[in-house]
Amino acid sequence: MKAVSANSIKKIFNVEKSTVTALQGLSFDVEQGELFGVIGPDGAGKTTLFRILTTLMLAQEGSAQVDGFDVVKDFKEIRKRIGYMPGRFSLYQDLTVEENLSFFATLFNTSISANYDLVKDIYEHIEPFKYRRAGALSGGMKQKLALCCALIHRPTVLFLDEPTTGVDAVSRQEFWELLKNLQKQGITILVSTPYMDEASLCNRVALLQEGKLLDIDSPEGIIKKFKKPLWAIRSTKMFRLLQDLKKMDNVESCFPFGQEHHVTFKEVLNISSLEKELTALGHRDLKMNQIQATIEDSFMELMK
Amino acid sequence: MRILRILLEKEFRQIFRDPAILRIIFMLPTVQLLLMPLAADYEVKNIKICVVDYDHSPYSHKLINKITASGYFTLVDYADSYDEALGYIEQDEADLVLQVPRSFEKDLVREDEAKLFMALNAINGVKANLGGAYLRSIIIDFNNDVRLEWMQLPRFNPQPIISISPINWYNPLMNYQLFMVPGILVILVTLVGAFLSALNIVKEKEIGTIEQINVTPIKKYQFILGKLIPFWVLGLIVLTIGLLISRYVYGIIFVGSITTVYFFAGVYLLAVLGLGLLVSTFANTQQQAMLLSFFMMMIFIMLGGLYTSIDSMPDWVKTFTKINPVTYFIEVTRMVILKGSTLVDIRSHLITVLGFAIVLNSLAVWNYKKRS
Repeated sequence: MKAVSANSIKKIFNVEKSTVTALQGLSFDVEQGELFGVIGPDGAGKTTLFRILTTLMLAQEGSAQVDGFDVVKDFKEIRKRIGYMPGRFSLYQDLTVEENLSFFATLFNTSISANYDLVKDIYEHIEPFKYRRAGALSGGMKQKLALCCALIHRPTVLFLDEPTTGVDAVSRQEFWELLKNLQKQGITILVSTPYMDEASLCNRVALLQEGKLLDIDSPEGIIKKFKKPLWAIRSTKMFRLLQDLKKMDNVESCFPFGQEHHVTFKEVLNISSLEKELTALGHRDLKMNQIQATIEDSFMELMK
Repeated sequence: MRILRILLEKEFRQIFRDPAILRIIFMLPTVQLLLMPLAADYEVKNIKICVVDYDHSPYSHKLINKITASGYFTLVDYADSYDEALGYIEQDEADLVLQVPRSFEKDLVREDEAKLFMALNAINGVKANLGGAYLRSIIIDFNNDVRLEWMQLPRFNPQPIISISPINWYNPLMNYQLFMVPGILVILVTLVGAFLSALNIVKEKEIGTIEQINVTPIKKYQFILGKLIPFWVLGLIVLTIGLLISRYVYGIIFVGSITTVYFFAGVYLLAVLGLGLLVSTFANTQQQAMLLSFFMMMIFIMLGGLYTSIDSMPDWVKTFTKINPVTYFIEVTRMVILKGSTLVDIRSHLITVLGFAIVLNSLAVWNYKKRS
């Protein structure tokens, strides 16, 4: 049995007379115990997909099963066994850390002590603040509390909607380590994120754009599919360099990427002639290296 | 049961941690009940009068004394001319001008007939109307005094006279506070019951906590009861505060039984809580809920018979007052507090409000969805 299986899910929103297709027939499966990433830019349909799978929203077409139960017919069963952490912090800000946790434990007919071993690693981080109101916690702490609340009933499938958005780099790293530990306990985790660098931490990722699946594969698999040689180029005038590169006939694609531009070429590259050409255009301190593609490069390639 | 208990526990914790809500629940009714009944008094007092006395005779003085001594009028000035007096009205310093003609005493003594002139500032219709009427009755009184003084009245009246002596049942002194305080109290209970509950639920929608609740296996009825019960209790607390104020500040002593009021209030709160719940299913933001509540509250107050008598409204407006739950509770509090009505007397009100409770709550539950 698959932990999650979606069959051509379609969701259309009516926005003031016009219609927006948020999901255009998505199909995918998530294996049991997998750490599955849904990667895509804002507005790709990640949250809509999660809301459908967590039985908060109905799809117009298609069907989906979570833990073997249908999201429409057996939504009651699903609600008993999944954990959901929405993108926005949505615990009670005026209740303390401990009150929030015991409140959600009771709603699931369990108690903190019954499942303490599962949340122990995470709860230890926030335990010093357990009498503090949730609203007064820092962003990273809030995320940890939300994760605790989503886990307190020992769910079989955990849905995390952009858990690391707006969280500092250190907390993000910590958060992913916590997820890896949870995965070891046999919990299937679906996590959505707009950060491409987090994709490599998942077992498999689904690249989502404008409601369409671009690819589903392991991070390595996706990178392997990127066959063309990739070059990182930098100079002193980065913006002009981008414009100049895009004008060249031989350049197939060129994206700004941190401090460099990632460029692919249509034909085999003659480095020295390119360097000459760019120097003639007034670029100094040119650095060109052939590099390994990342998931983001693949995503850019797929998006074309 | 355990789930309902933790929901209630959470709700009460949140209420008692929010200083704004606490203030609204405890301060608002107190302040409103202390201020509003004093303002909502239909008796017109302190009517500003300006007198133009061209006669300056003992009789005209006597008349003016009688007017100022009545307690309803305050004398602004003796003006020398009508034009000067009209100036006071234009400046809004006077509501009424009484002009006594030069030959007032002479005509009264010789011709047995004298004329007075009255000019009213009719911008405030109520004040002009009542002020004019008060003045007229004082002058009639004065007239009778003069007649008594002059002539030996015959043993029997030459013309047959019907004299009326009224008695005001249930409120012998026509004390407006006796009538207004229970009404205002009803409005306050409605405010807490219907609108605080609506705002509370919409707040959960707005900050997204309802989402987190919706993915849990709790039942619809548990969530709704968890919201209704706290505000039902708060409504009764507000009622208690209000009744204490009306007893100890306004000295209103119940003729009827206090349990009757509480029993009816319990049922009434179910109806208005249903309304609040219904509002919350429609509104997505607290702002929407607030505006909707504000709009409905105005209608409730105006069509509830609090300030104006329902009987004097046009028939089609009366139909609206019949679907206004506030009307029934205002009537019941007045009936029980002033008249001593019992449960048997208010049974039709009780049944109607129970009907409201069932209809509104069913609509709300039907419209409340755990998913979109």
